[in-house]
Amino acid sequence: MSADGAVRYLIRHDTRYRYDQPVGESRQLMRLRPRELPRQHCLSHTLEIDPRPRRGEEYVDGFGNTVCSLHFEHEHDILFVRAESLVEITPFVPPAPGASPPWERARDELAYHAGRGLDAAHLEAAGFLFESRHVRIKHEFAEYAHADFPAAIPLLAGVDRLMRRIHREFTYDPEATGISTPVIDVLARRRGVCQDFAHLMLSCLRSLGLAARYVSGYILTHPPAGKARLVGADATHAWVSVFCPGAGWVDFDPTNAHIPTREHVTLAWGRDFADVSPLRGVILGGGGHEPEIAVTMVPEAERAVLYPESRPAAAFPPAAQTAPPA
Amino acid sequence: MPAGLIHNYHPSASRYDEMLAARARPRPCWQAFAERLEDMPEEALLQREKFVRDAIKADGVSYNVYSDPQGNRRPWELDMLPLIIGDDEWSRLSAAVAQRGRLLNAILTDLYGPQCLLAEGLLPPALVFGQHGFRWPARGLHPPGGVWLFSYAADIARAPDGRWWVIADRTQGPSGSGYALQNRIIVSNAFPDAFRELHVNRLAGYFRTMQESIARIAPSDGETPLAVLLTPGPYNETYFEHAFLARYLGFPLVEGQDLTVRDNTVFLKTLRGLRRVHAVMRRLDDDYCDPLELRADSALGIPGLLGAARAGRVLVANAIGSGVLESGALFGFLPAICERLLGEPLAMPSVASWWCGEKPALDYVLGHLDELVIKPAFSGMRMNAVFGSLLRGEARHGMIERIRAQPHAYVAQEWVRLAQAPVWRRRRLQPRSVGIRVFSCAAGDGGYAVMPGALGRVAPHAGMEVISMQRGGLSKDTWIRASAPVRNTTMLKRRLGVDDLVRSGSDIPSRVGENLFWFGRYTERVEIGARLLRAALIRSTSGEDDAGQELAGLLAAARRTGMPVDEPEDAARGEDRPERQIIAALADAARPGSVAANLRALAFSAGQVRERLSSDNWHALNALEQLLATPIVSVDQALSAIDRVMQSCILFAGFALDDMTRDEGWRFLILGRRIERLERLAGLIPLPAASAAREREQMLEWLLEAADSIVTYRARYRREPELLPALHLIVFDHANPHSVRFQVDTLREYLALTARELGHPCPSPMIEPLARHLEDFDLRRFEDSDPEAALDALRVLLAEAASAAQALSDEVHRRYFIHTVRPVLLRRVA
Repeated sequence: MSADGAVRYLIRHDTRYRYDQPVGESRQLMRLRPRELPRQHCLSHTLEIDPRPRRGEEYVDGFGNTVCSLHFEHEHDILFVRAESLVEITPFVPPAPGASPPWERARDELAYHAGRGLDAAHLEAAGFLFESRHVRIKHEFAEYAHADFPAAIPLLAGVDRLMRRIHREFTYDPEATGISTPVIDVLARRRGVCQDFAHLMLSCLRSLGLAARYVSGYILTHPPAGKARLVGADATHAWVSVFCPGAGWVDFDPTNAHIPTREHVTLAWGRDFADVSPLRGVILGGGGHEPEIAVTMVPEAERAVLYPESRPAAAFPPAAQTAPPA
Repeated sequence: MPAGLIHNYHPSASRYDEMLAARARPRPCWQAFAERLEDMPEEALLQREKFVRDAIKADGVSYNVYSDPQGNRRPWELDMLPLIIGDDEWSRLSAAVAQRGRLLNAILTDLYGPQCLLAEGLLPPALVFGQHGFRWPARGLHPPGGVWLFSYAADIARAPDGRWWVIADRTQGPSGSGYALQNRIIVSNAFPDAFRELHVNRLAGYFRTMQESIARIAPSDGETPLAVLLTPGPYNETYFEHAFLARYLGFPLVEGQDLTVRDNTVFLKTLRGLRRVHAVMRRLDDDYCDPLELRADSALGIPGLLGAARAGRVLVANAIGSGVLESGALFGFLPAICERLLGEPLAMPSVASWWCGEKPALDYVLGHLDELVIKPAFSGMRMNAVFGSLLRGEARHGMIERIRAQPHAYVAQEWVRLAQAPVWRRRRLQPRSVGIRVFSCAAGDGGYAVMPGALGRVAPHAGMEVISMQRGGLSKDTWIRASAPVRNTTMLKRRLGVDDLVRSGSDIPSRVGENLFWFGRYTERVEIGARLLRAALIRSTSGEDDAGQELAGLLAAARRTGMPVDEPEDAARGEDRPERQIIAALADAARPGSVAANLRALAFSAGQVRERLSSDNWHALNALEQLLATPIVSVDQALSAIDRVMQSCILFAGFALDDMTRDEGWRFLILGRRIERLERLAGLIPLPAASAAREREQMLEWLLEAADSIVTYRARYRREPELLPALHLIVFDHANPHSVRFQVDTLREYLALTARELGHPCPSPMIEPLARHLEDFDLRRFEDSDPEAALDALRVLLAEAASAAQALSDEVHRRYFIHTVRPVLLRRVA
């Protein structure tokens, strides 16, 4: 741990597509490089891709995320992508919820008044006020959220209450939903996964007229006491970020009912999952193809989990890696 | 003579009438035309009406209506009377449309760039980020020449005071200019004298400008720019127009699958290999354009197109994201934005509108509902315009509730009593609400060129306010009168030089070649199938002794060639009489391999290359489709259906030989026919080994019949079929177009020619050994005492032919139609 309390994590994110039939051509967009943020620095980032793409290039999307675009032209049955990142996080001291402005003020500041301009922060926030593919604005959401937003409650206090209530009232259940489950169904069933909870919370906040965005990234998991950390047992994670006038963007993780301070690593953000899917692509041929995803996030001190001592682990990342565990 | 046609025209006094300034008094620019109309005998008018109707039918002008339960094509509705606009008025109008084009382009540049308009409060974020049409992936793009909005159309109409208002902006991919051109061609021919004498501005110059500015703006890197017109396909409502415009502009008409992106460069897959595309005029909504970055479920788009646009390697016209400006909710903000971005006042007002997302506007709207029309503020919303004055009781209450709940989703516009113009209906002139769509395109110098003409849009019923082509509206040609005689420009005005001669289409998309290839294959498949079934049907009902065995052999042969006929044992066990089976193999489209199923596939392939087939082909196809629609139950019906199918097949064959340009596309049609015939013959001919000699000779009769060679045989030998001469005729005779040998020879010739012309290294290898084996086959072996050995050798040869046909078909696909890997050699084409 460095002087300012910064912590470092090693993250390995493996994705493997096994296609039923050979794929003749494939294009993939990857949002796998952790963002550069005031409290988050990506110290190193490498990609291992098999087969070798014919072309690969990076660009920055409309939300400021770095996208790596790949084009494969030769027939292949398996696509394997390994992203390894070393990230340094400066722990975050969340603003005292009570100190934030009343939620109605945050809402009204974002509402349009003819001729009233927007500063850069509010302009950025305005992009996250409206419906998007997975986030709906409906009175059902506003009504659900209403209990947590009594008149004049400070914005962050209200958001905190909403987050805790979602955590309390919703059950984590990977079987209950799929990527295409509408968020209104999630509200009705009271079940889902991190992505659903994030979309639900975004729908609630935007239905109130607040600006909120979807954050994709990783979270450090803690193995049960006495158990060793398992390689590949983690997953990508999703949470939300709310725009608070004065304080800027503050993250909330409804799946875990806490404000991320030091154990979340941000990959990308957008209006919802559709904007920031870590890997999305178009293939010709292929048939069925559910990807196998294996994520491992460890504190730097535990790098041996990823690079057992039998292997030379001096350099990061190692020059070559064998296939990840199935 | 209809005494006082003009006199008997009674427009509503509360509206502006385009033709009459006062009762029976035409406006100056209409004067000359109105006088002609008045003098014209009714007969002549009816004749012209018929001319217009016939012309639309003959040209196949259609407008597909998605919700039309009758199937999808509907004839285009055109009123024969033009709308006439004077020179002075038009110059003001067109300047205003050109200004609006510049303005909207500047807004797009700002919204996908610095977003000053939002920062300065000149535009509400809801109308940008809340719009489904705002495309985040387009942020930060720099389209070639700064042109986001290449083509722009304004729907405008007149208020009762005679002033023109914009009622809608079309920025996604405006349709209608092709229909306007088609209307012009028809109406100017219906009134040729008037058209000439009124000095009507021509439209061709506008399309020339469009071609030139595409060439100027597209990133060409020193190459001759290739532009394509991207269509969603034949089911789109305006597909006719896409095909028409593509032909008129000389751009290949392509679908998403015709294009591919390599190294951030867009290529057209042509029969000659990949050709770089420099400009894509799209008629496909932007959300569907690139499944990689936009709608992932779009099968119509081109993966990587946005990447190519981001790299500045292609002009996408209009740019991805341009649809965001189609919302009427923007109208109220345009005057201030125009001052801010262009530094000049907005020349033409939009219809007065109130976006409910602003509190004062919301209050006004709720207080004045009766005078307003409520519309969705977001283009993605499925909602029709609602006239406030027509809302009563519960409906009114519900509307108010919805507006209050989501005010930013609604915009209210003043209810403008649209101007009216006369249409010719039931032998007289009747007033109808009318508006025009005016077209413009970026001129390449920052300005916009406006088409001197317009698509007149007429409400379908008297007193109706809504003008929509989707809902049964009429259209009109719009004549803009010039003050002086106009030069007669056409697209072909400039004299063509030797270099301009188009000898054959070098840009034929692979998809077109592929569909022509399958059109050829299916025609042949249908024909042979029909022939076999006819032979079978006749034998199944003839009461002759031998017929049963002949029939069994025939049905076995039909099965070998892929038709859905049961094994004889199964058939014997079943209750079905053979006729029923044969009729099912003919008419049951649900059975793969039936004649009906193949006809369906044939119609599909033909539909994909609609624009390349003559109208005669289409008549034959339509006749076939009608045939399929009528149920076939009896043997008589089946026989007569077969006759008609065969007639159509003969027509197709005739058209192919006589009627089509012999370009590369044509050659693929012939390759398809020959490969199919080779495969079918090779499957048909092998006679069962166990057959006794006598049974075999009986089979020769129908074999010759099915191979369409019985007439030739009889003419040559004048006796019952015998094994050697029959096999010689249908296998080895190089002069018989129905022989195996003939197919192989033709394929050899055309494959070599095609490979040479399309720049491929060598002709197909598998055809040569087959040709040699046919050549070397010793027919004297059939004179030996035991012909079985000879028949075995023939079976081997035919099996080789069948697999060669399949391999050739695969090879043609791989070589010319699929381009997943770089072609071996790309020949440069001028």
